[in-house]
Amino acid sequence: MNALVKILLFMVSCVLTNNFIFSRFLGNCPFLGVSNKVETAVGMGVAVTFVMALASLFTWLLYHYVLVPFNLRYLDTISFILVIAALVQFVEMFIKKSSPSLYKALGIYLPLITTNCAVLGAALLNITSDYNLLYAVLNGTFGALGFLLAIVLMAGVRERLETSDIPESFKGFPICIIIAGLMSVAFMGFSGFGG
Amino acid sequence: MSKKQSLSGVFFNGILVENPTFRLVLGTCPTIAVTTSALNGIGMGLAATFVLVGSNVVISLLRNFIPDKVRIPAFVVVICTFVTLIQMLMQAYVPSLYASLGLFIPLIVVNCIILARAEAYASKNGVAASAVDGLGMGIGFTLAITVIGAIRELFGSGTLFGFNLLGAGYQPMLILILAPGGFIIYGLTLGVMNIIMNRAEANKSAKEGVEA
Repeated sequence: MNALVKILLFMVSCVLTNNFIFSRFLGNCPFLGVSNKVETAVGMGVAVTFVMALASLFTWLLYHYVLVPFNLRYLDTISFILVIAALVQFVEMFIKKSSPSLYKALGIYLPLITTNCAVLGAALLNITSDYNLLYAVLNGTFGALGFLLAIVLMAGVRERLETSDIPESFKGFPICIIIAGLMSVAFMGFSGFGG
Repeated sequence: MSKKQSLSGVFFNGILVENPTFRLVLGTCPTIAVTTSALNGIGMGLAATFVLVGSNVVISLLRNFIPDKVRIPAFVVVICTFVTLIQMLMQAYVPSLYASLGLFIPLIVVNCIILARAEAYASKNGVAASAVDGLGMGIGFTLAITVIGAIRELFGSGTLFGFNLLGAGYQPMLILILAPGGFIIYGLTLGVMNIIMNRAEANKSAKEGVEA
């Protein structure tokens, strides 16, 4: 029972307390780049969740069963990024075959995920924080759900922003980043919750 | 790319006209994450500059050998090699800086600035021009994040490069060195830079108008 509570708390903290965007600063580029519309934001978020969960699983296995036994720990970054790139390619092919409509919706976002630092960041964090396999996969999955939450919230705000009166120089990125700062203040309210 | 630019033009292009942080808005993650102090900003900037110059040179040398279809993975491997190098160097010689930058050193691999320069510049231009482009972009990035780091450090903890500037009576604005401050200060400096650049452009076109 206790273990179950611990896992549940860990999930909540991955989504809210340690939100990838607002408290770990990972994945800001797609967060700012693809948050123009709620629809595309959802697509990007779902694609990232899918890749991040799989990437966490495979990089953890690779690290503990290949890199550690062969004493190749210093190759972690390079091997992880290759795993992620291959995974993105594989996921792209798989979705293209199995569900053309989903592929159409996600199409352009999938290749972008390779350079989403949240994916590599999660893989490296799983190693540096000494998570076991279950926690690593949970960290990847729920961390990505936190990303999904953040990017959808941001897209909602930005859709409203289109019609508001903003000083010329602050239109576009500057105002977005400031809004992200304000959202980050709100997310700080969760700190201490769930560890 | 038909017009041949002078090397100094390429260099200043990265620092001012196409400053990666303020003009292109690339590499935002380290910009927000590590700029809690000016020193962190410089450290991160120099590490990224090293990787940028190294990867630009190697990719420019290999540009005729890498098949077009696998160029992105090939670029990533080259970039990653330099990142692993700088990671080991920093771990050995500046362990305290390495510890404070933490995860963001290996994450230089996925810094969009570096891949963007490899794709947009180094894969199409000669070695010398690519090296200068990498250097200019790197210094532009370093300057930008050092400025943001300095602002956050000065108002967030009352110091600059570790020296106490504002006196003991200063009540630091703690929020600036916490997560939200990074976003807010970056957004504000970006807006101010836009004002300056817009003014400069308006001045320039006004002058050209008079001359014509």
